[in-house]
Amino acid sequence: MAFFRNSSPLVAAGVAARRTAKDLRLGESGTICCLEDPEMALKLLEMGCVPGVQVRLSGRAPLGDPLMLVLGDQEYTLSVRASEAATILLKE
Amino acid sequence: MAATERTPATAESLAPPAGLAAGPQPLRIALIGNPNSGKTSLFNQLTGLNQKVGNFPGVTVDRKSGFAQLTPAQRAEIVDLPGTYSLYPKSLDEKVITDLLYDRAAGNYPDFVVVTVDANNLRRSLLLFTQLGDLGLPAVLALNMMDVAERHGIRIDLPALERELGVPIIPMNARKGIGVAALKIVMAQRLDAAPERFWEPDEALLPLVRQIRYYFDLHNDYLALHYAQQYRHIGFLSADDKAYLQELTHKYEFDATARQAAETIARYGRINDILLETVTVTRTETREPISNRIDKVLTHRIGGYLIFLSILFLLFQAIFAWAQYPMDWIDQGIAALSATIQDNFDGPLVRLLTEGVLAGLGGVLIFIPQIALLFGFLAVLEETGYMARVTFLMDKLMRPFGLSGKSVVPMISGLACAVPAIMGARTIESWKDRMITIFVTPLMSCSARIPVYTVLVALVVPDQAAWGIFNLRGVTLMGLYLLGLFSALGSAWALKIVLKARERSYFIMEFPVYQWPRWKNVGLTIYQKVQAFVMQAGKVIVAISVLLWVLATYGPGQKQETAEAQVRQQVPAQGWNEEETSRRVASARLENSYAGSFGRALEPAIRPLGYDWKIGIALLTSFAAREVFVGTISTIYSVGQDADMGTLQDKLRAEKDANGQPFFTPARAFSLLVFYVFAMQCMSTLAVTYRETKSWKWPMAQLVYMTGLAYVAALAVYQMLA
Repeated sequence: MAFFRNSSPLVAAGVAARRTAKDLRLGESGTICCLEDPEMALKLLEMGCVPGVQVRLSGRAPLGDPLMLVLGDQEYTLSVRASEAATILLKE
Repeated sequence: MAATERTPATAESLAPPAGLAAGPQPLRIALIGNPNSGKTSLFNQLTGLNQKVGNFPGVTVDRKSGFAQLTPAQRAEIVDLPGTYSLYPKSLDEKVITDLLYDRAAGNYPDFVVVTVDANNLRRSLLLFTQLGDLGLPAVLALNMMDVAERHGIRIDLPALERELGVPIIPMNARKGIGVAALKIVMAQRLDAAPERFWEPDEALLPLVRQIRYYFDLHNDYLALHYAQQYRHIGFLSADDKAYLQELTHKYEFDATARQAAETIARYGRINDILLETVTVTRTETREPISNRIDKVLTHRIGGYLIFLSILFLLFQAIFAWAQYPMDWIDQGIAALSATIQDNFDGPLVRLLTEGVLAGLGGVLIFIPQIALLFGFLAVLEETGYMARVTFLMDKLMRPFGLSGKSVVPMISGLACAVPAIMGARTIESWKDRMITIFVTPLMSCSARIPVYTVLVALVVPDQAAWGIFNLRGVTLMGLYLLGLFSALGSAWALKIVLKARERSYFIMEFPVYQWPRWKNVGLTIYQKVQAFVMQAGKVIVAISVLLWVLATYGPGQKQETAEAQVRQQVPAQGWNEEETSRRVASARLENSYAGSFGRALEPAIRPLGYDWKIGIALLTSFAAREVFVGTISTIYSVGQDADMGTLQDKLRAEKDANGQPFFTPARAFSLLVFYVFAMQCMSTLAVTYRETKSWKWPMAQLVYMTGLAYVAALAVYQMLA
C-alpha cells in the first residue's frame, strides 16, 4: 500500500518538492512512482496509471487545462485535468 | 431492470420475425468490455437490425438487447452492457452492469459473457476480464482490432494466452466482421466457468468475506467481497441487508478504497506476468501515431475552436437548409392528399381523417428529415472519436458555469432531443455537475422546437440576405438557438451557487483513436431514432390531433348552433358574401366548441403576451410535447376551412384578427418564439428527469423555472414590440 501519501511515510517526507505529471514539459516523459489521492487513484489505476508505467505529456487543451497524457508503450491517450495530474507523482 | 422469468414464452414474444428456427431455449449472453473496445460494432454484427432498445432513444440506454442466430438450431439473446473499465462502477451507467452480474438468482442473469478486448490495450482490458473470471462467470474473449495490433508490431501467442486465461479466445476485427462466424460457433457451445482464479482476497479479509458469503448464500468469495465493497449501490439489496453489511464492514474495519487499490495493483502484477509470456512487441513505427498528429490540429489553441464552430455551423446549415427540400415535399404531399380526399368524399368521418388524423400525421412526418440529419450528424461525431476532443476543448470553458467538459455532449445532444441527452448525462461521475447538466439541458433548443421556429420565423421574417452572405431567416434561427444556449449557461451558473458541492468532479477520460465512422452503425442509429420518434411521439401527436379535432368540432349543448344562427341573422344587414359568411360561421362554431371554451378560459392569462384563445389551445396541447403545436394549429385552422387552402403557412397568413388585419404580427410571433425557447413543454423530459434524479423535486423545479422564465420573457417581448 506504499502508493498513497497518507499511508506511506516514505512519500510523506518532502512531498511538496516532488514532481508530478502536471509539471512535465510538453513532450517530456516520466515514470509513475505513486498516486497521491486515494479516491482519484482508484480511477487512475483502472485507466492504466499504474506505478512503474511511463507517462508523456503530449498536449494541453487550448486554455492550458486539461492535459493529454500518453501512457506506457501501448500508446493510448488519457485526458486529465491539471489538478488530477498533480496527484500522479513521478520517480526522480 | 425487471427480473423476467426465463420461459420460452417470454423469449418467443421477443422473437425475431417468423421463419427463423426456434430450436432449443435461446442462450442469454452479455456483451461487456472497455469503452472503445469495439463492443457496439460487435453487437451490431451479431444482431443486425434485430435489436430492441429500452424505452428511450439514446446513445447510453438502459438495456440494449437483440437476437442472434448462432447456429441453425441455436438462438441467443444478447445484451449490450455499457462500456466500463472495471467491476467497481463510478458512474450510474456502469451500475447497470453490477446489478446484472451480482444477482445470480435473477431471471436475466447471463449464461455467459463475451468480453471484448482491444488487442492494442491488452493489459488494461484484461483487468476487467480477470475480475469477471474471478466472479465465476463463464466467458469468451473476443480479441478485437487484431489488424491494428499487427500493424503496431504486437504479436500475441494465442494458444499460450488461452492456456493462461482458461477461456476460448477469438481473434477478430469487429468493424469488418472478421471472426464473427468463429465467435458464433464458440458461443453456441454451452461454456463452463473459467477454472482460472486470477486474484484471491487476503487471509485477513476472509472472516468478513466468509460471513457475507454465508449470510447471502453466495457461490464465491470474490462476489462476497464486492458486496462488502459496494453494498450502498446494489439495487436489489434491502435496507436491512445494507444495514447488516454496514455493521459488518464497520466491525472488521474494512477500508474499501485502500483494498480496491491493492486489488487493482495485484491484478496488474498478475496480468504483467501473463503478458510477459504471451505477447512480444516489436515497434515498427517510430513516427507519432496518426491519431496524435490529428489531435495537434483538432485541439489546436485557435484552430481547434474554429473547427468546432465550423462543424456546428455545418450542422445548422444541414438542419435548416438541406432538410427544407424533403420537408417541403412531405408538407405538400400531405396537403395534396388531404385535398384529394376532401374533393372526392364528404362526411364527418372523412373530415376526421383529413382535418384530424392527416393534419396530425403531417406534423409528425415532416420532422423526419431534420431528426435523421441531426442524429446522423451526432452519430458521426461520436463514431469518429471527435466528441471526446470536444469535451477536452470545452472543459475549462464550462467550469466557471458549474459544468464540466462532459456536459458538452449532453448539451449538444440536447439539440436533438433532451430525453436521450439527459440520459447521456449519466457518464458524468460528479453528482453536482450531473444535476446541473440535467437541469439546464432542456433549455437547449431541441428538434421539437424546430417546426415551431420554422413556421413562425417564415411567417414574419422576410426571406432575404443579411450582411451579404447570410440568410435573414437563418440568422434569426441561429439567434433563437443562442438564446437557448446562453440561458442554459446562465441557469447553470445560478444553480452552481445554489447547490452545495458535496463531491469533487473528475475528468479522467480516454481518447478514442480517430477512425472513419462505421456507416452501418450510423445508419442503424438514424433508423432507431426515427423509428422511436415516429412510434412514440407520433402516437401522442396523432392521438392529440384526433382528440382535438373532436373537441374543436363539437361543442357543449346547443351553443354552437345558437352562435351560428346569430351570425346568419346578421348576413342581410352586413351584406356579407357567401365566402365571408362561411368563414364567420366556422369561426363562431370553433369559438363555441369544447376546445374554444378551454382556450377562452385560458385567454385572460395569456392576453398580455399577445395570444388569443386559439393559441391558448395550442399552448395547452404543447405541454404534452412541443411538436404538437404545429399539429394543433394546423388542426384548429383547418377546421371549417377549405381543404385547398394548401400548406400550413397559407393557413396562418390567412388568419385575421378582430379588425381584419393579419393576426400573426411580428410582436405576436416573436413573443411566441421566445416562449417556446424557454418553456418546459415536454412530458417525456419531465419523466426522464424524474427517472434520472429519482425525485420529483427536479422535474418540478424545471417546470416552474422554465415556464416562469418563458412567461416573463414573452411578456417583455410582446410589450416592447407591440
